[in-house]
Amino acid sequence: MKKKIILIIGLFFVLSSCSEDKDISLAPVAITLNFSHSWNGTEITSADFDQLKFTNENGQTLSIEKLRYLISEVSMTHESGVKTILDNYKLVDLENNESMSFQTSEAVLPGDYNSITFRFGFKEEDNIDGAYQDLNTANFNVPEPLGGGYHFMQFDGKYMNVSSIEAPFLYHVISAIDPTNVNDAIDTSFTINIGSATVGSNTNINIQMDVSEWFKNPNTWDLNEYDINLMGNYDVQLLMNQNGTSVFDLVSITQ
Amino acid sequence: MNIKYLLFHFLILIFISCSNQDVDSEEEYTPVPFSLKIPEIFQQKLLDPLIPSNNPLTEEGVALGKKLFFDKKLSGNNTQACATCHKPQNSFTDETRFSDGIDGVFGFRNSMPLLNLAWNFGDKFAWDGKELGLERQALEPVLNPIEMHSNWKNAVEKLEQDPEYPILFSRAFGTTIIDSVLVAKAIAQFERILISGNSKFDQYLLGNATLSLQELNGFAIFMDEEKGDCFHCHGSDNNPLWTDNEFHNNGLDANFSDLGLGAVTGDPNDNGKFRTPTLRNLIFTAPYMHDGRFNTLEEVIDHYSEGLQLSPTIDPLMKKASDGGVQLTDQEKISLKAFLLSLTDFEFINNPDFRD
Repeated sequence: MKKKIILIIGLFFVLSSCSEDKDISLAPVAITLNFSHSWNGTEITSADFDQLKFTNENGQTLSIEKLRYLISEVSMTHESGVKTILDNYKLVDLENNESMSFQTSEAVLPGDYNSITFRFGFKEEDNIDGAYQDLNTANFNVPEPLGGGYHFMQFDGKYMNVSSIEAPFLYHVISAIDPTNVNDAIDTSFTINIGSATVGSNTNINIQMDVSEWFKNPNTWDLNEYDINLMGNYDVQLLMNQNGTSVFDLVSITQ
Repeated sequence: MNIKYLLFHFLILIFISCSNQDVDSEEEYTPVPFSLKIPEIFQQKLLDPLIPSNNPLTEEGVALGKKLFFDKKLSGNNTQACATCHKPQNSFTDETRFSDGIDGVFGFRNSMPLLNLAWNFGDKFAWDGKELGLERQALEPVLNPIEMHSNWKNAVEKLEQDPEYPILFSRAFGTTIIDSVLVAKAIAQFERILISGNSKFDQYLLGNATLSLQELNGFAIFMDEEKGDCFHCHGSDNNPLWTDNEFHNNGLDANFSDLGLGAVTGDPNDNGKFRTPTLRNLIFTAPYMHDGRFNTLEEVIDHYSEGLQLSPTIDPLMKKASDGGVQLTDQEKISLKAFLLSLTDFEFINNPDFRD
C-alpha cells in the first residue's frame, strides 16, 4: 500500500513537471520595448529640456522643449517567414515616462526572429484624419488643409539664430503635401529594421533615437533657413524624411 | 438536553436575526450609478472621461455634490459658495477680473471656468496645475484665507447640524459621518458632470448646422500654420475640448509678477506658464487670461496678433513673437472671433441640472 502511494505521488510530480515544461516552451510572450534618447550618443531625458545645451551639425546651439513622436506597425518576422504585428501604434513622449516603455499588445512564440521593425509615423492608409481617439485627445492632429491625419513628430525648441538671438524652431514631421498636387500626399513615414532577435520568456528590446541625427544625415540642417512653419513646406518634409531614417538604433536586447 | 437544544436554536435565531438586520442596513446604501451624458462629438473623437475608481459617479453623490457646490455653509461666514465665483450663467467662472473672498479681499487670478474637467487626463487643475485631481482641488478654497476662509472642522460641523446632510451623505457614501474627504468627493462628482459639447460648431461637425462664411474663414485661420496656428495648443475639430490642458507661456509678459507653474514646480523653466483654457463659451467667460487682463476677445486676438512679449520661457509655438505676433489683418481678426463664438454652448449655460 505504501509503495503504491509513493508511486502515485512520484508519477504526479513527474507528470506535473512535464506539463510545466511544455507550458513554458509553447506559451507566446509579450515583448517589452524601451525607447531612450541621446544627443550624439549622450543620453538625454526631459530633465535636459529648456536649456541651450545642444549643438547641431551646423554648429547652432539649441534647446529641446517638447519631443514626442509616433511609431506604428511594431512587428517581428520569425525565421520561418511569419510576420507578427505586435502593436498598431504608440505615441512616445519624452515628458511621459510611461509612454517610453511598453509591453506589446500581441505576443510571439519564443525563438529566433530575423527582423524587428517599426514604422516612424503612419503609412498613408493608416493616417486617417481623426480616427484615433487617444491621439486626438493628445492633440496630435494635423489640420485638414495640410493633409489631415496626425503629426509623426512634434519637436519644439529654441536656437541661437544668425543674429545671436534666441529664436523658436518647430521641427514638425507630417505626411508631405505637394502644393501643386494637394490630393496626392507623399508617404513620408518610413520603416526601421533594427535587426534580429532571439525571444525568450522575458525579452526587452532597447531602442534609442539619436536626436542629433535629425539635423545631420544626409542633410546638414540650417535652422536659420528651416525653423518654423515647416508642416506645409513640402520640400522640407522630404528633407526631414531623409534625415529621419538614421535616427533609430538597437541598443540591446536583454532577456 | 431539551433545554440545551432549545437554547441552541434560540441563539441561532438571534444570530440570524442580527445578521438580517446588518444586511438590511447595508442594503440601504445602494447608490445608483450616474449615467454620464457624453456628447456625440466627444464619443466620436475623444477617449472616455477619467473617473477615478475610488469615486465613481452616482446619482446620490452628484446630487449631494450639487447641493454642496451651491451651499454657502462651506464658507467661514456663510456668505459664499463654490458657485459664487463659478456661476453657471458664466460657464462656471465669474465676470470680474479677480474674485473677492468672504472678507472682501481679492485674489490674484481669474476664476477658471469649470467644464469638461473629466477629460483633463493630466489631472492637474487650476491655472498653475497646483491641484492634483479634482478631489484635492475641492478641498482648497474652503481653507484659502482670501476665498472661503474657513476650516474643515467648522464646515463639517455646519453640515452635521443641517437636518438634510447626514441623510444625503448616507445615501451617497453609506455613512452619516461627514468629513472633508467625502465633501470633496461629492463636489468632484458634480463637477465631472459639467460637460459642454453642444455648440453650433459641434452641430456643424455632426452635419446638423451650417457655419457662416465668416465663421468658416475664422476656423481656417485658426487651423492655418502660417496664420493663427491656434490648433497646437487649443485643439481642433478632432479635439473638441479646445484645449490641450498643458502649460504654456503665451507671451503675456517680459517679466513675471506671477510665476504660474514655476511657483509650483520650483523650476525657473516653468516660470510664466499657465494651463491652456478651453475656448468653449468665451462669450460668457470674460475677462480673459489667468489674470483677467483682457476684457474683450478683440484684445485677446490683438495680443496674439501683435502684442506678444519675449521672455526666456516663451513657448516656441509663439513663433512670431519677435515680430509681436502673427500679424492678422482686421478682417482675419473679425473672422477668427466669429469662429470662436461658434463654440458657444447655450444648452450648457441653461441646463437646469447645473443650476441651483
